[in-house]
Amino acid sequence: MNCEALFIGGSAGSLDVLLKVFPGLRADISFPIVIIVHRKRGTDSLLSDLLASRTTLRVKEAEEKEALENGWVYIAPADYHLLVEQTRTLSLDYSEKVNYSRPSIDVSFQTAADVYRDKLICILLSGSNADGVEGLQAVKAQDGRAFVQHPDTAQVPYMPAQGAERVAIDGQLTPEEMAQFINGLNT
Amino acid sequence: MTTHTINDEQLEFLLSDLLEWYGYDFTDYTRASLKRRVNRLFGLDKFVSFAEFRYRLQTDPIYFKRFVEQITVNVTEMFRDPEFYSALRKEVLPNLGTYPMIRIWLAGCSTGEEAYSMAILLHEHNLLQKALIYATDLNPAVLERAGRGTFPLAYMKQYSENYIGSGGKNDFSAYYTANYNSAKFDDLFRSKIIFSTHNLVSDHSFNEFQLILCRNVLIYFERNLQAKVLELFDNSLESLGYLALGSKETIDFTSIAKVYKRIPGQKIWRKRSS
Ligand SMILES: C[S@@+](CC[C@H](N)C(=O)[O-])C[C@H]1O[C@@H](n2cnc3c(N)ncnc32)[C@H](O)[C@@H]1O
Repeated sequence: MNCEALFIGGSAGSLDVLLKVFPGLRADISFPIVIIVHRKRGTDSLLSDLLASRTTLRVKEAEEKEALENGWVYIAPADYHLLVEQTRTLSLDYSEKVNYSRPSIDVSFQTAADVYRDKLICILLSGSNADGVEGLQAVKAQDGRAFVQHPDTAQVPYMPAQGAERVAIDGQLTPEEMAQFINGLNT
Repeated sequence: MTTHTINDEQLEFLLSDLLEWYGYDFTDYTRASLKRRVNRLFGLDKFVSFAEFRYRLQTDPIYFKRFVEQITVNVTEMFRDPEFYSALRKEVLPNLGTYPMIRIWLAGCSTGEEAYSMAILLHEHNLLQKALIYATDLNPAVLERAGRGTFPLAYMKQYSENYIGSGGKNDFSAYYTANYNSAKFDDLFRSKIIFSTHNLVSDHSFNEFQLILCRNVLIYFERNLQAKVLELFDNSLESLGYLALGSKETIDFTSIAKVYKRIPGQKIWRKRSS
């Protein structure tokens, strides 16, 4: 299967995983990576800067109407939902919170599934609510591939455990395996 | 799980139908968000087929009203992005104060929280008596609510924090009267706001302003419509007037950019003198 986009969602306890995974990513990743992490308002550039310092990939905060480019990492800004358009551009939406969250992982995963269909891979990381689970279901409904962080390795296992329980996932990954797994999706 | 939903093709048909039937043009709205909203309504009102949904919209203008109310995103707050209001206090209001009469256009005002915030700001800078805020939206239902000047009491804690973050020095609760679950803002503010419908897609410029705010509306528009609306604002703004957008919106790369100078670090641009 060709991976045309990788979406990673997480909440409490997911930042540590990303910081562990990012240094191991190859520099020539052949698809865009989009990160949706729950966080407080007003913390925008911090997360991008932090992740950028751990990788040679180009990391930026997602902007509205921006085209998704291979080899780039896009971070969902705080307090907006991040959506994917059929034109493979990003858009922002200030609508109601979903699962008490904005950005909501479900919203990004669902719209991405609508666009990338069976060429989409999504990973759900550590977190304390079930945001992202319906998103993974949408990914599977389009024959994309859904993974969760192995709940035993998650600081807060609820989110990936819900994913594993309620979705016909393709596998569970430990943080140590993740970089290699992502590198292996390259084409 | 998802049972019946509207697909991309059906959505396109529907948008051109609505334009034909009602003259409302949503064809340049970004699709992913619009599709979510339309499907949400479709599910909420328990339609079983696209044909049924379309028929209802075609034959029932009252239902179309509901459609407009439901597909637009009306989420808003008082003093949202406190640093933005702080910049208005420091950089914009002192200059506006030099005019004998201040006209402000707030486009896409939703339920009015932004308009009352603006009025409070003007009041604190002793400018309210010579100011008029034109607050417009395409959705009549939100304007109706905005006109009451009454907001849920439960939100006041957050709004009060935002207010303080914006540099507000007064007791925020002095601006409203609490009654059961609601907070009614002083009529002093309401009296300086004119709420009216205006569709940014199809309606024209209706006055000249020294300050135009349009925040978190352009994100729902495709680039070409954004450019068109920015030109509308440019045509409605006096030279040396200010244009303010939402925290994720910009005039960069548009035709009007060259006649504007940005206030560093803010989503506020000042029109150069012509
Ligand atoms: C997310 S709200 C923004 C409210 C407020 N400006 C803020 O930033 O908090 C977007 C508003 O834009 C309005 N809107 C959408 N399309 C419009 C159009 N074509 N003309 C005027 N208003 C429109 C919606 O009805 C909604 O009230």
